Amino acid sequence: MKLTLKAAKLENWKTGKRNNMITVTNIQKSFGHTHAVDGVSFEVAPGEIYGLVGADGAGKTTTLRLLCGALRADAGDVTVAGYDIRQQTEQARAHIGYLSQRFSMYEDLTVLENIRFFAEVRGMKSNEWYPRCMELLDFVGLAPFKDRFAGMLSGGMKQKLGLASALVTRPQVLLLDEPTTGVDPVTRQDFWQLIIKLVSLTPGPSPHGGGENEFPSPAGRGVRGEGVSVIISTPYMDEAARCNRIGFMRKGQLIAEGTPGQLRSILDERILELRGSPLPLLKQIAAQQPGVEDVRAFGDRLHLRVEAGQAQAVMRLLKTTIPAGGGTLLDSRPIPPALEDVFMALAHDE
Amino acid sequence: MPLPMIYVDELTRKFGDFTAVDQVSFEVNAGEIVGYLGPNGCGKTTTIRMLLGLLAPTSGSATVMGYDAFSQTEQVRMRAGYMSQKFAIYDDLTVWENLQFYAGVYGITDRARIAETLAHVGLTGHEKALTGDLSVGWRQRLALGIALVHQPKLLFLDEPTSGVDPTARRVFWDLIYDLAAQGVTILVTTHYMDEAEYCHRVGMMRNGKLLAMDTPGVLKQRYIPGEIYEIYAAPLLLGLAALEKTPGVLRTALAGDHLRVILEPGSGTKTIQKTLQAAGVTVSSIQPGEPTLEDVFLALAKS
Repeated sequence: MKLTLKAAKLENWKTGKRNNMITVTNIQKSFGHTHAVDGVSFEVAPGEIYGLVGADGAGKTTTLRLLCGALRADAGDVTVAGYDIRQQTEQARAHIGYLSQRFSMYEDLTVLENIRFFAEVRGMKSNEWYPRCMELLDFVGLAPFKDRFAGMLSGGMKQKLGLASALVTRPQVLLLDEPTTGVDPVTRQDFWQLIIKLVSLTPGPSPHGGGENEFPSPAGRGVRGEGVSVIISTPYMDEAARCNRIGFMRKGQLIAEGTPGQLRSILDERILELRGSPLPLLKQIAAQQPGVEDVRAFGDRLHLRVEAGQAQAVMRLLKTTIPAGGGTLLDSRPIPPALEDVFMALAHDE
Repeated sequence: MPLPMIYVDELTRKFGDFTAVDQVSFEVNAGEIVGYLGPNGCGKTTTIRMLLGLLAPTSGSATVMGYDAFSQTEQVRMRAGYMSQKFAIYDDLTVWENLQFYAGVYGITDRARIAETLAHVGLTGHEKALTGDLSVGWRQRLALGIALVHQPKLLFLDEPTSGVDPTARRVFWDLIYDLAAQGVTILVTTHYMDEAEYCHRVGMMRNGKLLAMDTPGVLKQRYIPGEIYEIYAAPLLLGLAALEKTPGVLRTALAGDHLRVILEPGSGTKTIQKTLQAAGVTVSSIQPGEPTLEDVFLALAKS
């Protein structure tokens, strides 16, 4: 524990962790008898968007709080940019931008004054924060509104101000806790475009080295690329599909992890869509067929999950059993699995 | 032609200068599951509150099951069930006691009816469980039971699945389909784009206005302006910049590790392939994409 900061960082690099911006090892956190986070491990590389996907109470927010050091883990380790969040909290935090679910801002301060406040709290000097703030306001599209009181901003603009504030110290890790829940789809789309742009950059030479590695922003000026890593929590499956990698969380644990493509491939050729009538009868018949694991109504269709390799056999079977049972089968076909199907199949296997 | 279960005509509600619901008109027919989709604060809950007579409209009218929603409120509430976003369930009562309490509000004391309702929402065997110990998904089923105990023919569900996991959400939708099959009409609000796909018809609401209402299939056909493609290419930002300026490209967006574009109908992918190559972008694949209700919403919001 007597290591200097530099040495500690070097130590981590030597142990092969240098490729990860964030490394989470078996973290645990209980509140009373509730295991909010129960042995979670994952790693995020620079420039990666990692999605923590799950329902309320799955442990997403607690995980993010453990990652930024706002909560202390009962057990396990977190390193951020090579720094241990427990031992080197300040150094680790210096690399983290955190946008909490309820981002609070000073409504009676202007947009610029709000960011300035964040910058100064984090110890930035005026010759540093001003150009950085202007750069960020340009990036999120708030430059024309810099003198507007934050209380007068629309919901979408407030969220962009939150993002700009979280980015002001050039963090290498951005933690976003359900930034898009209940948000207007138009705003959500804009927000995601910003996040993907942030990570799609090649890393700049050094956060403090002065090298410019700019990319075009809507206003023409640029934000230096830092190869930011993003961890975003969301309850939306369609949103999870936009992440580079996803961890499905359930009851405090990561039940599966992978790219959206990898996770979907678990159920390749295992989801069938049926059309016909009457739907309740079709549902009943389909549920009784061997090889069928799950049947769900989906608007005017049915979705079936079948055992691996059984798709053709089940479709053949239904062609005879449905008419025999008094129903009409108009169409049956394998469809590409959705992430929601994967989540349910995994929950089913538990 | 039977009367619609819900008939809304030019319904408007203002709070001071703010128009929460702006000249909304729609109908819901018996046995339908109609979704009301939109972000927080778009006017979904205000609409439902007016239909239940909890809030008077600034102008316009609504009839629910043939009764005027504002002058015949009692008639409506006797016959409609309502499950609100933040349902009040007593944590220190058991499942049975909660249901019994709410049944009592409707003058129902029949124990068989209460047991039947519990069976309906899949909570038989959990009568003695303390409500505070239930998972989010189970609480939600109890809340549905409470909304159903007086056997309404019309059910208002205000964001019933907010925050529950996909498995519990599907179980809940199975219950909704069962109810619809028994002839119950359902109006359900949600801000999940993918969940709206479960509904027979979907209304899309934004800034107090109902932008469109139809089946998911028709909405996609009518309002998505072109053909959707998923383009895997690198570098991504260079590709984005190139396509944004290409004629025939109606929308370009970053979608995680690839680009998602909407092309003018019939324009094909040759032009964009050439454009990307000329810009120095390496294209690894271009595939047709599935249209989503989010595409519909974005298109409607733009027009």
